[in-house]
Amino acid sequence: MAQSALTNTAETPARPEGWQGIVADWTSDQRAFKNVPWGKAMMWIFLLSDTFIFSCFLLSYMTVRMSTTVPWPNPSEIFALEIGGEKIPLILIAIMTFILISSSGTMAMAVNFGYRHERVKSAVLMLATAVFGATFVGMQAFEWTKLIVDEGVRPWGNPFGAAQFGSTFFMITGFHGTHVSIGVIFLIIIARKVWRGDFDRARRGFFTSRKGNYEAVEIMGLYWHFVDLVWVFIFAVFYLW
Amino acid sequence: MAHAEGQQHPIAIYLWVWGLLFVFSTFSYLVDYFNLEGMLRWSLILLFMIVKAGLIVAVFMHMRWERLALMFAILIPPVLVLVFVGLMTFEADYTVLTRGIFFAAGS
Repeated sequence: MAQSALTNTAETPARPEGWQGIVADWTSDQRAFKNVPWGKAMMWIFLLSDTFIFSCFLLSYMTVRMSTTVPWPNPSEIFALEIGGEKIPLILIAIMTFILISSSGTMAMAVNFGYRHERVKSAVLMLATAVFGATFVGMQAFEWTKLIVDEGVRPWGNPFGAAQFGSTFFMITGFHGTHVSIGVIFLIIIARKVWRGDFDRARRGFFTSRKGNYEAVEIMGLYWHFVDLVWVFIFAVFYLW
Repeated sequence: MAHAEGQQHPIAIYLWVWGLLFVFSTFSYLVDYFNLEGMLRWSLILLFMIVKAGLIVAVFMHMRWERLALMFAILIPPVLVLVFVGLMTFEADYTVLTRGIFFAAGS
C-alpha cells in the first residue's frame, strides 16, 4: 500500500507495513494510532460504540420480526406515495436515501477543501450538507406525521399487522433522525468557524486552538458519513426486507 | 496543493464514489420496485448494502488510506456482531417454534 505519501507524516518515516506494522504499532508501550490525531482516533472509537448501539437496535428488530406469528406490515406499501394519481412504492424513502448520499458527497468535498485551506468553499459545502441533512429530517417528520396521524401507527400497535412494527420503526428511525439533527447543528457550528477563519487564526474556543489545523472538519465529516452509513443499513434491513 | 497535511485526494474520486452510491441505491430501490422475492431479493439487498457501506467507509471516511492498526481496531469489532446475529437467529427460531406450538392452535 502506498498510503504513506497520502497521509500526514508527522512521525518518523518508514514504519513497517502490513502485519508487522500492526505488531510494531501496538507494542512497546507507545501510541497505537500513528498519523492519526487523537481527535480523529477518539471520533472513530465513538463511532464504533455507536455502531454497537445501532447493531443492538437492528438485532432486536430482526429478532422480533423473525419470531412474531402475526404477518409483518409491508413497508413497500406503507411508505408508498401517490404522485400524479399513481402509487409509487417506497418512493419517499428512496428520495431520503438520495438526499443523504448527496449530503455525504458534499461533506467529503468540504473536508478536502478544508485541508486545502479554501475556507469559503469548505464552509459553503458544509452548509449545503447541513441543508441536505435538515431536508432529510424534514422528510422524516413528514413520514412520521403521515404514519401517526393518517394511518394510526403506534409503538404498541398498528392497523397493518404485527405490533412490533411500530415500536422498532419509531425506535430505529427516531434514533437515526436524532443523530442527523445533532449532525446538522454541529455542521453549522463548524461551518461558521471555518467561514470566519477561526482555524487559521487559532481563535480562542472549541477545536480551534491549533493554528492552521483543519482536522475538525474531517472529524465532523467522519460523524456525518457514519450517519449516512447507518442509513444504508436501515434502508436495507428495515425498508427493503 | 499548497499545504501537505491531512487526507488530501483528488476531488474526482469523491465524485466517482458519489455517482456509484447513487447507482447502487437505485439498484436496491429497483429490487423493491420490481418485487423480487426470496433468496434473490435477499442476496441483492445485502450485496448492495455491503458495497455501499464499503464505499462510504473506504473513501468518504478515508479508511483505505489509514494504517492497518486503525483499520483493524475499528473494523473487526463490528464484524464480530455477526456472532450476535447468529445467536439471536437461534433465539428467534426457538421463540417462533414455541409460539407455533402453544398459541397457533388456539387462535
